[in-house]
Amino acid sequence: MKLTAKLWIGIAILIVLSPLGLLLPEHFKAGSAWGEWGADEMRELVGYIPKGLTKLSGLWQAPLPDYAFKGWEEKGLPLLSFAYIISAVIGIVVVVLLALIIGKILSKKGD
Amino acid sequence: MHIPDGYLGPGTCGFFYLVMLPIWTAASRIVKKTLKSRQVPMLAIGAAFSFVIMMFNVPIPGGSTGHATGGVLVAILLGPWAACIAVTVALVIQALLFGDGGITAIGANCFNMAFVLPFVGYYIYKMISYNAAVNSKRRVIASGVAACIALNIAALFTGIEFGLQPLLYHTAGGQALYSPYGLNVAVPAMALEHLFLFGWVEALVTALVVKYLQKHSPELLEESEVSR
Repeated sequence: MKLTAKLWIGIAILIVLSPLGLLLPEHFKAGSAWGEWGADEMRELVGYIPKGLTKLSGLWQAPLPDYAFKGWEEKGLPLLSFAYIISAVIGIVVVVLLALIIGKILSKKGD
Repeated sequence: MHIPDGYLGPGTCGFFYLVMLPIWTAASRIVKKTLKSRQVPMLAIGAAFSFVIMMFNVPIPGGSTGHATGGVLVAILLGPWAACIAVTVALVIQALLFGDGGITAIGANCFNMAFVLPFVGYYIYKMISYNAAVNSKRRVIASGVAACIALNIAALFTGIEFGLQPLLYHTAGGQALYSPYGLNVAVPAMALEHLFLFGWVEALVTALVVKYLQKHSPELLEESEVSR
């Protein structure tokens, strides 16, 4: 098997395993990454929500926030894991296409 | 390490976009000179790897989470400039589609994870693995050490960027407008968690893949890099 084929299989395995990145923090009761708190956490931590933060944080509404479907926040871990995998697939398809296009534009032809 | 929207003030956001512009331009120019069309799939695999490995959040029990970035590995295999492009692609899609990292902070996040991290990692790897045989143990160790140090330096930069915000932007009454913690809190917080845990995760991921490639595709570690 060609090396690139093996590496793609590796990526596929990582996609399937990706919910570990959701389940392990949940299991060990870990919160957000440092400096990536939501508004509620921020109020709890510092006692207020910085004014500029409120303004800027609503600037962009991502279609799949936190690698989940909108409105699925309370759906439970199995469904969230499913959404995580779907997000990984969608993300990787888009990342790969974009990288291939950029690579095509930048690469030398013929070798 | 993905700074969200609202944590950096507009000036800081603009500053890092301005810093990244010439870096992105240089990266395209240099990669254009050196990338062969048969290496394009590797660029895509590198970007995909970086994207998916960042989804593996590793918890500090009862504390925060963090993750590896894969940026040093991509730099070892394709060179730092190609790694800059690959990680940038991953970060932009994470921000746009998944809200992981803010769109106003893409410049800063790319500076930390797509510039500082692959370049620091790449040169440390080159230094430690200097003259080492392709299948040598020293190369595996070099990749792990480089990955660990590079992630820590990137985290340090991130901590400084967070920590400068309350100095730069605050109300007359002293309330922070954006990220609220000063350097004395932000820098140790970012530094320590990466020093004790996440740096090791990045080291492990990087060294394991390098070890696998030594066995299965040593030529990748030899001469496939597209930029120096």
